[in-house]
Amino acid sequence: MSTLDQLAQSELATGENRASAIADATHRAHVRRRLLLTTPALIVLFCAASGPLLIMLIYSFLSAGDYGGVEWTLSWDGWANVFMQRDIFDGTLSIADAHVSILWRSVKLSLLTTFTALVFGFPTAYFIATRPPRTRNLWLFLITIPFWTNLLIRTFAIMEVIRNQGVINTILKSLELIDEPIQMLFTDFAIMIGMTYVYLPLMVLPIYASMEKLDFRLVEAGYDLYATRFRVLRRIILPLVKPGVVAGSILVFIPSLGAYVTPRLLGGGKNMMLGNLIELQFGQGRNWPLGAALSFSLLIIVMAALLIYVRGVGKPESGHD
Amino acid sequence: MGMGGMSTRKDSPAAVEANGVSKIFGDGSDKVVALDDVSVTIKQNEFFTLLGPSGCGKTTLLRLIAGFDHPNNGNILLEGDDISGLPPYQRQVNTVFQNYALFPHMTVAGNIAFGLEMLDKPRNEIDATVANMLKLVRMEELRDRQTSQISGGQQQRVALARALAPHPKVLLLDEPLSALDLKLRKEMQIELKRLQNETGITFIFVTHDQEEALTMSDRIAVMSNGNILQIGSPREIYDHPAERFVANFIGETNFLTADLVLAKNKAGKIKLSSGKTIAATLPDNHAANGKVTAVVRPEHARIVKPGTSAALEGRLDNIVYFGTDTHYHVKLGAEGDFIVRMQNSRDDAGKFAAGSKVGIAIDSNAAQVLRD
Amino acid sequence: MTELSNSAQTPTLRRPFSVRTQPGFATIAMVCFFLLYAPLLPLVVYSFNSGTSIAFWEGFSFRWYVAAWDNEFVQDATIRSVVVATSASFTATCLATMAALGTTRTRPYRGLTAIYAMINQPLMVPEIVTAVALLILFATIKAVTNYHGLAYLIIAHTAFCIPFAYMPIRARLEGMDLSLETAAADLYATPWKTFRRVTLPLVWPGVLAGLMLAFVISLDDVVITEFVKSAGQDTLPTYMLGQLRRAITPEVHAISTVLLAVSVAMVTIFFFLNRKMQ
Repeated sequence: MSTLDQLAQSELATGENRASAIADATHRAHVRRRLLLTTPALIVLFCAASGPLLIMLIYSFLSAGDYGGVEWTLSWDGWANVFMQRDIFDGTLSIADAHVSILWRSVKLSLLTTFTALVFGFPTAYFIATRPPRTRNLWLFLITIPFWTNLLIRTFAIMEVIRNQGVINTILKSLELIDEPIQMLFTDFAIMIGMTYVYLPLMVLPIYASMEKLDFRLVEAGYDLYATRFRVLRRIILPLVKPGVVAGSILVFIPSLGAYVTPRLLGGGKNMMLGNLIELQFGQGRNWPLGAALSFSLLIIVMAALLIYVRGVGKPESGHD
Repeated sequence: MGMGGMSTRKDSPAAVEANGVSKIFGDGSDKVVALDDVSVTIKQNEFFTLLGPSGCGKTTLLRLIAGFDHPNNGNILLEGDDISGLPPYQRQVNTVFQNYALFPHMTVAGNIAFGLEMLDKPRNEIDATVANMLKLVRMEELRDRQTSQISGGQQQRVALARALAPHPKVLLLDEPLSALDLKLRKEMQIELKRLQNETGITFIFVTHDQEEALTMSDRIAVMSNGNILQIGSPREIYDHPAERFVANFIGETNFLTADLVLAKNKAGKIKLSSGKTIAATLPDNHAANGKVTAVVRPEHARIVKPGTSAALEGRLDNIVYFGTDTHYHVKLGAEGDFIVRMQNSRDDAGKFAAGSKVGIAIDSNAAQVLRD
Repeated sequence: MTELSNSAQTPTLRRPFSVRTQPGFATIAMVCFFLLYAPLLPLVVYSFNSGTSIAFWEGFSFRWYVAAWDNEFVQDATIRSVVVATSASFTATCLATMAALGTTRTRPYRGLTAIYAMINQPLMVPEIVTAVALLILFATIKAVTNYHGLAYLIIAHTAFCIPFAYMPIRARLEGMDLSLETAAADLYATPWKTFRRVTLPLVWPGVLAGLMLAFVISLDDVVITEFVKSAGQDTLPTYMLGQLRRAITPEVHAISTVLLAVSVAMVTIFFFLNRKMQ
């Protein structure tokens, strides 16, 4: 007698129910199997990903300890300090200019990065997708390599190029175009260039994925119906690969917004982004609740961006163009 | 079952017996009744076909016999033993899958040996059986090929050999020919019939192709909406369809409304709308009198000059030439079109002209009354 | 006659018209590829500089590779990196393989979306957020247990490696014909035998690809490691991050070049595995 039968036997009230008991037992065995398979991964992810987020959420509502850590008393200061600051002398609240400017820089630089990556990434993805299958893999490979190479090393490489004694300034000097090196490192521009460089593959790959599925007979039909090259691009190709463009933009925007290494190395101490501001609260700032609240603020912006993505790509044929 | 002991089991039990089997997928508003209280008995050494359109439940029934799904109700017997509680790997039943499902990481021989290896057969027996099977499906020279390197027809043969190698009690074939082109399909139809004769294994064959079913089967079960409508030999199914669906699904048919004027066992007389009375075959236990629907196959009627021999009269609407035969579309007035199919011979070109008034003669005993 | 004169006026195309080209796109693509690789060149070149400068070329030498090799901190960090990456990628791949088996090859079930969300969380949540959240949790545990070992790093790395290992395995499983396992069961293979003889050999390339991705991701991680590590627990990337804030010597170039070579090698293998899978 098989295991299934034994399982069925346990709740075998009458003979007529045997078939459905077997069907139920099979179903339960199936459910148990998939639970056993998924649970270990979910436990690890809960311990070292979702769980800590929940704890941090609690921390954002506690008061800061004097030497880091928290006091276990309820407080809104963490969240209030995201945008406001309390005057040390008279205790009045005012807008925290430093935080607002850092937030603004983060959003501005992330949008600029996304835009620049799109300007370079879209034609590149198009180029790869229109290669013959044999060479296409090679081009794809060339995009994939930087995708998986160390972010730190690539940021370092950019640092070396734009330093005052770096490649660009050396070349410009030797051509006698400039006398003094142009200060590029430690500026917002450097952060933007660095992030574009680092995250560009994240733009190209999803656009390529959409573009690869593009049926070029539709493009032919466009030309056949008197569309110019630009109009074919604008009216046929772009709407069809829109999900890829949106996905790529989100994939570049999210890590840009939370970037930590790139602004730290290329922006120096004063051109901080959100990631650096958060770190500060757990280091010199010693304000864990503020750090936690800032982290959640960042998370909220990211979630909003993801929601737009889901809404936008979920129903790509929205009718209007 | 089995209550009468050995004496009533003198002749061997049925190969497969399904008793009141129901299968429901999903629940709530998504509920789909794939099989609705189906009972069928498939005899030993039979080539049995489940025929019906997609979604009729034929594949579901096959999967229940194989053990891939479990019925919500009813049970399934394999040579008299209830196998409802057995997982597929404990049922002595093998399947030829629609897409063949050959293991891509094994060779042709590896695929064929797989089932025997799982049954822990000794190596020399496995090797001998594999060699036999390769010979049976005429694939000896391809034994060490990867399955991705052989053609569709060859993959089909490997799938057959793989399923036959463990010598199952029943072989299940799930539309195995649907992926092949027409010429190959015809070849494989003959091949399958040969294999069934040589191995003596019961075949249960699922198809939506009526021609395939008619040419290969010993018996056919026509299915629709989770029910078996009629079971019979190809001839019975074709010549004596019991229901409108069966008549419609298999071959071309003309439907006629008529009055049943005489019923004696299965023989009867019906009065057509034209007023003429013709002989007709009745389904079992048919009620004596009243309005009935009768069917006449297009090849069982002839176009004649209007007059006494004509059972029906109408205007010849359209003549479609098919090479071996010609189709005549006759407009009967209220009853719509009647199609007559007649073999061509050298000298009947232009015998009847479109637009002219013609009569239709119906062969004796060609009319079949439907169970309504 | 009119037709003839018309055809004479028809402008001839300089090049045959191609429906697949867009003006300027190829140029931008070339610039893009150039910009992706060009900055890496000086980095590699200066790692072979015989002088101390990172601005002037003074001749070829392996001096900085030797220096890095002899550097105790680099040795420590390398060993730590390899230990963490190996244990994390191996564990993550095992867990991801199981999870992939439990989430594919089944009808969609309730809770599946939540499982996907949990598995992909490390990809969606900015690294810095996960990093400080882990800092908070582990700081507490460290204070209570007084344990400061590598386990924190390994657990944290395992968690963010899971989605990377999961992706290729799931893709592989989804590309696999569902009826293969059904066929094995039909041919008398028990569930375990089906897994050993059919499922595992077929997902194997995906598992290897996942393992390598996870290894590279763990080896390269800076942010989470920086926040989770205890004092003196540098991995190669965090050691480099520390160095980059000081006066840079070509030693950092040498380490970078080696790491770069390792990544390129891994991605190359991954890429070919992926192609073989199709």
